[in-house]
Amino acid sequence: MPDSVDAEEVRHVADLARVDLDDDEVDEFVDQFGDILAHFEALEDVPEVEAEPDLVNVMRADEVEECLSQADALANADETEDGRFKGPNVS
Amino acid sequence: MSLNAFITEQRIEGDDDGALADATVAVKDNISTEGVETTCGSKMLEGYEPPYDATVVSRLKDAGATIVGKANMDEFGMGTTTETSYFGATKNPVDESRVPGGSSGGSAAAVAAGEADLALGSDTGGSIRCPAAYCGVVGIKPTYGLVSRYGLVAYANSLEQIGPIAETVEDAAALLDVVAGPDEHDGTTREVRRTSDSRAGDARETREEGADSDYAGAAEGDVDGLTIGVPTELVEGAEDAVVDVFEDALDDLEAQGAEVVEVSLPSVEYAVAAYYVIAMSEASSNLARFDGVRYGHSGGYDGNWNESFAKARSEGFGDEVKRRILLGTYALSAGYHDKYYKQAQEARSWVKQDFDEAFDDVDVLASPTMPMLPPELGESLDDPLKMYLADANTTPVNLANLPAISVPAGTSEGLPVGLQLVGPKFGEETIVNAAAAVED
Repeated sequence: MPDSVDAEEVRHVADLARVDLDDDEVDEFVDQFGDILAHFEALEDVPEVEAEPDLVNVMRADEVEECLSQADALANADETEDGRFKGPNVS
Repeated sequence: MSLNAFITEQRIEGDDDGALADATVAVKDNISTEGVETTCGSKMLEGYEPPYDATVVSRLKDAGATIVGKANMDEFGMGTTTETSYFGATKNPVDESRVPGGSSGGSAAAVAAGEADLALGSDTGGSIRCPAAYCGVVGIKPTYGLVSRYGLVAYANSLEQIGPIAETVEDAAALLDVVAGPDEHDGTTREVRRTSDSRAGDARETREEGADSDYAGAAEGDVDGLTIGVPTELVEGAEDAVVDVFEDALDDLEAQGAEVVEVSLPSVEYAVAAYYVIAMSEASSNLARFDGVRYGHSGGYDGNWNESFAKARSEGFGDEVKRRILLGTYALSAGYHDKYYKQAQEARSWVKQDFDEAFDDVDVLASPTMPMLPPELGESLDDPLKMYLADANTTPVNLANLPAISVPAGTSEGLPVGLQLVGPKFGEETIVNAAAAVED
């Protein structure tokens, strides 16, 4: 299957990723994804490796610390309202 | 700027004194600078001014460095040529018809052209070493966890490290000394561990990696008695023009007392595929935050939430970024996760194991940094797979979280060839020392 990703699959993935594609882009990606995914298929030959990573807990205590001011956090937003980010309608 | 090495040229003065008081530094545009535009080479972040400094930027300022601008880069670090920047390609100062390499191409070009004494880049799959090799300068990809990634706009967290670029090994090492060391804002840097773990039966790591480093002092070039392993797999695929220069450099190291032995790393044949699957998967998740609401390009669309985001993201991202987001989403999607992502993680474990075993017998590993000479501008953009395959020698190092340096080894057809030295985990002193012998 992955050797031949079709336009419908590319559109489906683009939809999941919230990236609009025009028809030309879909066609280009169909071609390229076939090649790239065929190369990734080689991973099927990789043997299972036993790895036991040395894990350490890096979480700090949950204490209030200094952080960005509300004004700084909002400074780069196109639209704000009453000290909050304003986005498009949910539906 | 004829080379287009900078996206933003703006001086940021550091403290009055410090280790870098006389130095100018170019900072890659995916590293946050408070109040100074940081775009990641993308339309998506055009106009974005971070409200805080990355830890490495604070450390540069504390060391007295003067930042001269934000260096051009492949969009979000995705590329091997610095041609995917929304702000146009950077040219290679050695030959302006050629690419400087990527994705930290602006950083390397700025140093090679003398527009900055030093530069910071970031290396996810070779993005510091590739442009260093193509521009004829030195670049270091540090061990994962040595340098804080706080304030680095994430592309693939588990792979990327900020690192130095300079004209000499000693200068690159000196910049690493300034930025290395634990950071309370980044849990992946090595912190002090005061407690001993009785279950493990021995004391835990208590070193602060990089805290009191003297990497610059390690640049002695004393390779007498050093064992250098050459992975055959990383030489076989390289162009003759590159291999000839590489082998001359090895002969020179042997003449200085190093022992050169062949080693085999069978896993590296899978590194490019594993690297791209993991990097694209992480990118698809990391770049989900760019919806134009809190920062960045919004397009001003109204109406349905998802549709507005999809339009804004379509306008804001370039082709290579879309390609990687989509392939990453695909690799993680139901039905394909085991086939791609899980197998890529297996390959990653295998690569780590291969390197560990190699370092039982050798002190460092050497290979050409890039398998080819710097391509002409525009040559590689049409065939993404071909571009990805150029990363064969650099990506294994990121998968294994190891340190590596690219040092100029000579020229072929008037173009620079880089030699890559890979060290064991936190073995920065070893590779800095060996690299200094290459440049002598």
